[in-house]
Amino acid sequence: MINFIQQYGGQLLYKLWQHIYISGISLGLGILVAVPLGILLTRMKHGSGVIIEIASVLQTVPALALLAMMIPIFGIGALPAIVALFIYSLLPILRNTYLGIQGVDPSLKDAAKGMGMTNFQSIIKVELPMAVPVIMSGIRLSATYVIAWTALASYIGAGGLGDFIFNGLNLYRTDLILGGSIPVILLALLVDWLLGKLEVWLTPTTTSARA
Amino acid sequence: MFLEMKHLSKVYGGKKAVDDFNLDVKKGEFICFIGTSGSGKTTTMRMINRMLNPSSGSIKLEGKDVLKADPVKLRRRIGYVIQNVGLMPHMTIRDNITLVPKLLKWSDEKKNERAKEMIKMVELPEEYLDRYPSELSGGQQQRIGVVRALAADQDLILMDEPFGALDPITRESLQDFVQDLQQRLGKTVIFVTHDMDEALKLATRIVVMSHGKVIQVATPDEILRHPANEFVENLIGKDRLIQARPSITTVGQVMYNNAVSITPGRSLKEALKLMHEKRVDTLLVTDDSGILKGYVDIEQIDYNYNTATSVDDVMTRKVFYVYENSIIRDTVEKILKRGYKNVPVVDENKKLVGIVTRASLVDIVYDALWGEADTSTNEDSTKDNKGKDKVTSAKAGDGQA
Repeated sequence: MINFIQQYGGQLLYKLWQHIYISGISLGLGILVAVPLGILLTRMKHGSGVIIEIASVLQTVPALALLAMMIPIFGIGALPAIVALFIYSLLPILRNTYLGIQGVDPSLKDAAKGMGMTNFQSIIKVELPMAVPVIMSGIRLSATYVIAWTALASYIGAGGLGDFIFNGLNLYRTDLILGGSIPVILLALLVDWLLGKLEVWLTPTTTSARA
Repeated sequence: MFLEMKHLSKVYGGKKAVDDFNLDVKKGEFICFIGTSGSGKTTTMRMINRMLNPSSGSIKLEGKDVLKADPVKLRRRIGYVIQNVGLMPHMTIRDNITLVPKLLKWSDEKKNERAKEMIKMVELPEEYLDRYPSELSGGQQQRIGVVRALAADQDLILMDEPFGALDPITRESLQDFVQDLQQRLGKTVIFVTHDMDEALKLATRIVVMSHGKVIQVATPDEILRHPANEFVENLIGKDRLIQARPSITTVGQVMYNNAVSITPGRSLKEALKLMHEKRVDTLLVTDDSGILKGYVDIEQIDYNYNTATSVDDVMTRKVFYVYENSIIRDTVEKILKRGYKNVPVVDENKKLVGIVTRASLVDIVYDALWGEADTSTNEDSTKDNKGKDKVTSAKAGDGQA
């Protein structure tokens, strides 16, 4: 163990950083696109079902296949990996945002509109805060997926902790496989825990602290 | 006119949810829209603050065309209270109350002041301002819901079945609260309900709707006394019609059935004999089928006993009578004013059915003063007061026989 860290420590940190970088950007882009899109879908009378359906279909494409399909378009490296993982992160966030906003008590939306909030004010002040737990659970799900699949991105030359795992597989080196996979697991758990904290922080209080 | 709605219609997929709705509302009126579900009452209300856009027709608020106004600005001027309260669970009571003032960008100071004013109005301690809606009872929540609709000095308040989800006792106290606020602050209220008791209690005018059409627009009193048709009657309910009796007791209910009558062909001798037997000084004269023709009293018989032979010769043909179905409140005054000792009561065909004497009027007045002191009729007596100045029409007949 100590041996391993002494030998690969620097490389491990570098690959870990790559891993965080790739999954972070993919997830970040996913949130930036899927949350507004999800909100937009709730404002559409028709077509929201179709778009959710399309996102669901994309989700069923095998991860490795999707990564491979990116190569003709974007070549190899981090970019195709980020694009592919971004596509993967979309669906859980999109669907949960849509369902979360859709699930906000209709009387709250009615009251917000009826009292003279603009559509935007209603979203920002009422609907998003109310939908936070549902949206956040979508984001947490996506984060876990993306971190796990970023390991596969190594296959198309994106780098990341997947490099350790694939090297280990090629060389029959258990220490390399574990040295790559354990940090991925720890990273996923850590990110999920952090996002959980964020969720609590974002979820609005509905009782005063007296109790 | 404060609020004018003209030829308002709303069509959903070829079906008319609201069909040619017309109503003028004066400032300070409390209008109740009542009807079964699907009657278009809520749809109509929601067109006023543009939650729905009418398919055709016009709405004017203080002379300005609502349909040309910016809906967001319009809604900030109109209070809005809904059945499910719709308090924001993630905002404190203070923030909930001052939601519209905040949208209107009032200063913090002014908002805070208004919040304190409002919490006083609902008779809750000031520290409640920092609590959240879930920490209040249902009734308290809806009180906050009501004052939230007043907090930005809205003159017109729309209420959509606001108390439908509350238990009867809470509902009643909320009704009192709203009525008191409305009268004290002179707000104009449009109130949607399916509960006739509620409408009768609160409204200055009731709009009865069915299948998108207006069936009747009238004061609670008029609705009780002259329901436009069977639908309105059913909406009021037979029970309630009877309950409402103190204000709508008919002459038929208080008259004596044993009016003493005689036909014109009889002789004066026979008339005198009948008077003696029945111990009365006046006989009502009816024809063979019981139609009231006039009356004859002892003085006339005494005066003409030697010259005339039949009742027909001496009877007075001009007789004041009242209809069996007319409302006692409208007839008592006439009877008293004219100083008649007794008044015949007839049905629609002018057939004699009974008589009202001064003694029976004493009973009515006695009941009105003492009988109504018990609980069941308190509500009705207040209703009476409300309706009194508006009631002018009366069905009592007054003419020649």
